[in-house]
Amino acid sequence: MVAQNIFFGILAAIVALSAVRMVTTRNIVHAALYLVAVLAGLGALYVLLTAEFVATTQVLVYIGAVMVLFLFGIMLTKAPLGNVMEMTGKQWPLAAVVAALLGGVTIYSLIDRFGSERLTSDGPIYRTADVSDEVFSTYIVPFEAVSVLLLAALIGAIVLARKD
Amino acid sequence: MTTLLALPYWQETGIKLGLALAVIPTTSLILVYLFLFKMMAFMQSRLGPNDTGPYGTLQLIAEAIKFLQKEDIHPEQADRRVFRMAPVVVLASTFLLYVVLPAGPDAVVQNLDTGVFYAMAVSSLSVLGILMAGWASANKYALLGGLRAAGQLIAYELPLILAVMGVVIQAETLNLQGIVEAQATGEIFGFGAIGNPFILTQFIAFLIFMIAAQAELTQTPFDMPVAETELVGGFHIEYTGFRFLLFFMAEFGTAFAFAALASVMFLGGWWIPGFDVDDNILNVLGPGVMLAKILLVAFFIFWVRFTYPRLREDQLQKFAWKVLIPLSLANIVLTGIFKVVF
Repeated sequence: MVAQNIFFGILAAIVALSAVRMVTTRNIVHAALYLVAVLAGLGALYVLLTAEFVATTQVLVYIGAVMVLFLFGIMLTKAPLGNVMEMTGKQWPLAAVVAALLGGVTIYSLIDRFGSERLTSDGPIYRTADVSDEVFSTYIVPFEAVSVLLLAALIGAIVLARKD
Repeated sequence: MTTLLALPYWQETGIKLGLALAVIPTTSLILVYLFLFKMMAFMQSRLGPNDTGPYGTLQLIAEAIKFLQKEDIHPEQADRRVFRMAPVVVLASTFLLYVVLPAGPDAVVQNLDTGVFYAMAVSSLSVLGILMAGWASANKYALLGGLRAAGQLIAYELPLILAVMGVVIQAETLNLQGIVEAQATGEIFGFGAIGNPFILTQFIAFLIFMIAAQAELTQTPFDMPVAETELVGGFHIEYTGFRFLLFFMAEFGTAFAFAALASVMFLGGWWIPGFDVDDNILNVLGPGVMLAKILLVAFFIFWVRFTYPRLREDQLQKFAWKVLIPLSLANIVLTGIFKVVF
């Protein structure tokens, strides 16, 4: 477990630092790239937890699709080089308070619920086949509900974007 | 499986990673020399490079040395950090692809459960590097090239993944070794003498996969992002020296990896059709069999590249969204029906 703990520490530090830099940097493209680092770090943490399928999905969906679309949109509209934009809004103290509250509540509830539990090195390894069995049997109703929701969002976006 | 040699985990991993790192430049060397230099030259009634080494075989090594000697230049307005990181991101995506490519029953860096899915995921990372390069170069042509590349890669990733679905449904696994196994032991309507290479039963998927892969690799006729007549050079226009070399290596390394994926999924990978060979022998013969199949697939990729003119940007997008995606969805439905009925 020692190696896992060391790597967890390194990855957690990278994720936390990138998250802070993402909101403090003054360049919008840099902010997006820091977000990529955060999401990639989370994917690596999933690998440490032996959740291979979730990690792969994280890379495919968040980095390969969502972040590429973000960057695509930013570069297509405005993407100035250098630190020319003032990106910190006037309400940042309020936002900081909300973020601190949210973080505090999450940390408290996690420690309260799982504080005494320990992961063992011989814990279960979730195979991709197990994941798909679960999704298409136990969780079939939420799965279908989510896909219908996504379809609705997709059609809604097309309707909003249409001019004629 | 009997192991002749048992090493600690970190030594084994180190050796595997070193091998994979050595394989990428070698594969791009093979592809560039065989196809880009020689085959293209013969198709155009030229000789191609023939001075450096026997039949010009050392030409590329000479050029690599030349690239390494060049001065490290940044455009003045460039965003230095992102500019430097971009080729590394693109090459990292190529490197991660090689992790799952099997060359024999046990000859694979890491036999991942989600093999195909993982390959699709990491191959989509290269778009990120291309966008970074296009933006950080502080050059309008580079930015345009980067945006074109991103639009094209997003559009063609969908048919690529959907085409793979047909194979996955038929093989009942995402694991690349499992897919090879399924082809080796498969039967077509009770006839199993040559197994079931999925190119026979999934021919539509194979065609879609090859077309989408051609677009993913930005090879002609899908090379709008690097169209030299409009964009001078596309996203890597400002890159010289070893950073350009990284892009170049990543391009052909990825071409090799996609050819390898196609030969694993549709041609049976390291398995020799019609022969029942022992696993240990296949571990030795496998890489050779794989290489033969990969070169065959790569031959088609480059044949198309040297033959067809470039598609216009709107034709290119229309082709992906209106032809390839509906076709691949129909293929999935058809495969599903066949899977249930037979």
